[in-house]
Amino acid sequence: MALLQISEPGRSTLPHQHRLAAGIDLGTTNSLVATVRSGQVQTLADEQGRHLLPSVVRYSADRAPVVGYAADAAGAVDPLNTIASIKRLMGRGIADIQRLGTRLPYEFVDGDAAVPRLCTAAGEVTAVEVSAEILTVLRRRAEAGLGGELTGVVITVPAYFDDAQRQATKDAARLAGLNVLRLLNEPTAAALAYGLDRGSEGVIAVYDLGGGTFDISILRLTRGVFEVLATAGDSALGGDDMDRAIAQWIMAQADIAEDSDHAQMRRLLHDARAAKEALTAVDEVPLSVQRMDGSRWQGVLSRDRFNEIIDPLIKRTLSPCRRALRDAGVSVDEILDVVMVGGSTRVPRVREKVGEFLGRLPLVEIDPDRVVAIGAALQADVLAGNKAGDGMLLLDVIPLSLGLETMGGLVEKLIPRNTTIPVARAQEFTTYKDGQTAMTIHVLQGERETVDACRSLARFALREIPAMVAGAARVRVTFQVDADGLLSVSATEQASGVHASIEVKPSYGLTDGEIEQMLRDSMAHADEDMQARRLREQQVEADRVMEALTAALSTDGQQLLSSDERAVIDHAMADLAEKRRSGNVQGIKQAMLALEKSCAGYVERRMNRNIQAAMTGRKVQEFE
Amino acid sequence: MAITLTQAAADRVKTFLANRGTGVGLRLGVRTSGCSGMAYVIEFADEVDANDNVFEEHGVKVLVDPKSLVYLEGTELDYTREGLNEGFRFNNPNVKDSCGCGESFNV
Repeated sequence: MALLQISEPGRSTLPHQHRLAAGIDLGTTNSLVATVRSGQVQTLADEQGRHLLPSVVRYSADRAPVVGYAADAAGAVDPLNTIASIKRLMGRGIADIQRLGTRLPYEFVDGDAAVPRLCTAAGEVTAVEVSAEILTVLRRRAEAGLGGELTGVVITVPAYFDDAQRQATKDAARLAGLNVLRLLNEPTAAALAYGLDRGSEGVIAVYDLGGGTFDISILRLTRGVFEVLATAGDSALGGDDMDRAIAQWIMAQADIAEDSDHAQMRRLLHDARAAKEALTAVDEVPLSVQRMDGSRWQGVLSRDRFNEIIDPLIKRTLSPCRRALRDAGVSVDEILDVVMVGGSTRVPRVREKVGEFLGRLPLVEIDPDRVVAIGAALQADVLAGNKAGDGMLLLDVIPLSLGLETMGGLVEKLIPRNTTIPVARAQEFTTYKDGQTAMTIHVLQGERETVDACRSLARFALREIPAMVAGAARVRVTFQVDADGLLSVSATEQASGVHASIEVKPSYGLTDGEIEQMLRDSMAHADEDMQARRLREQQVEADRVMEALTAALSTDGQQLLSSDERAVIDHAMADLAEKRRSGNVQGIKQAMLALEKSCAGYVERRMNRNIQAAMTGRKVQEFE
Repeated sequence: MAITLTQAAADRVKTFLANRGTGVGLRLGVRTSGCSGMAYVIEFADEVDANDNVFEEHGVKVLVDPKSLVYLEGTELDYTREGLNEGFRFNNPNVKDSCGCGESFNV
């Protein structure tokens, strides 16, 4: 018979109605799945009792892809078909890949598709498909471990992941047959695992030093909402660098040449790693290395020496920390808690230095490899409805403002950055020209005022707007961001009900630092942007005035104006057209005033004539 | 007759209760539902009801309401592992037949 788990009082589920939920940490190097069982959160192991799943997929021509340790082991013999660190490619475009190109040992398919494809023995695969293989293995593990189908999962993503990267992660989950309850920021998940969401409000630093990447995130908790204030990091710094540094030290001690063969290097790295791990518990480790000529070198690595070797690396993590604090606008003494994530934070020296720098004893009680998955599992349990409603519903915020293009290449922001999600905002827009029947909605992401300085996410058209005079149509544009930070935009013309909408599958290609860069740019260019906005607004206004005047003149200018009067207006209009080109805000304003003055008489005459035309042949009573 | 716990089950319950932080024991019961008549209830208990039958085994308090006890009389609760899955199993002598998955049963 089925095996049962203990429920909270009064919350037993009906047979076949267990809502099984899991949290997945889809990592660059390793992935993990965790779940809440009988009120206790735990990571799930495979048949051999191993909890971590190396995020490595090996493709072969005649067999199903192999994922995990077996694939990892084959990396050296079959590098082209063994895909590791695929997370770095998620949601990336060809251009990004070419930039990373030298560091990636894979063959990419030439082509102009938006999504890069990798050549393997099993055919072409995308980053989404490779990630889906990893997720499928984790799904099977969870379903075998829980004895049923998963209702939903929470998957963690780095805080700096943009829409494209989040969408790609969701696509991979769907491909793996998983229902994504929510994507959760990794630092937020780590903070959740420690229950900091129930703690006091304030600033939390999450220090994440993994095998090959380093991330620091500064979060602020306010009324149960984690807001990511700033992120920084180094995408090529981690425990592997410590191993390399130790290996180099051994080579120097043992007189082993730098250009040793691969096998020797791999053995050295393996020994270095073992030494590093051992030094967490003991003060010194004996080393014994075989030289190329068969002789052996024996030595001892003390913890002090080890600390000296890795200190430069730890130091390299501190400058991103400083940067993140500065970007977040918080000082060290405002930090309430420091959460340690990633296997490399087991190294005592790392804890010591980080604690020293951030002025807090870091939280290390939860296994740093599993803490993110554990936080995700807790969140999944709540979202699946298994936990009594204690009000813990975690909210997140959008990292960059979302808006759309208006006349003159300006960006109207509908949802400002740091708005908590899910959120929906609507605003009415109107037509610019008489008889305009279509409108292009151009969706943008970023903090700058002009379109070319923001990131284009999508573009779609609302057609069949009934022909009306300029400004009469009422087009309601709604931006909706779901709980995963994904955007859908719809536009409806209120009178006729014509409707168009789009799910934003953003044009791939924003790099790690770019969000950060975009934010910093917006600060640096704030003044400049404001000037640009004022100029564009004036220009748009000038265009509108000239257009309306030209239209009026062509209908009744002949009848109502003498040629002298007409010449004055034409002159003022030519002056405005020139000032508009010159790009001087004040000049345009003055020319516009001058033009309005010059045609004041004409406007009055038109008005009178129109009123007369409207009143001719009617009785006075009709107007009362 | 009484309800009994195996040592394994008692150990797990104790661990779960300790991790949960609060709770007086484990509540077992049955309710009507499911694909074949009855379904088991296994929950943490925060308080003892006046009518509850209380059994104590290997240091764990087991609470059963009188209506459920009729169907659970003589049951042994075990904790086992099947492949990757692990959980509690009711060894209930009263069961005549159960649905395919064993989550619900008839007496």
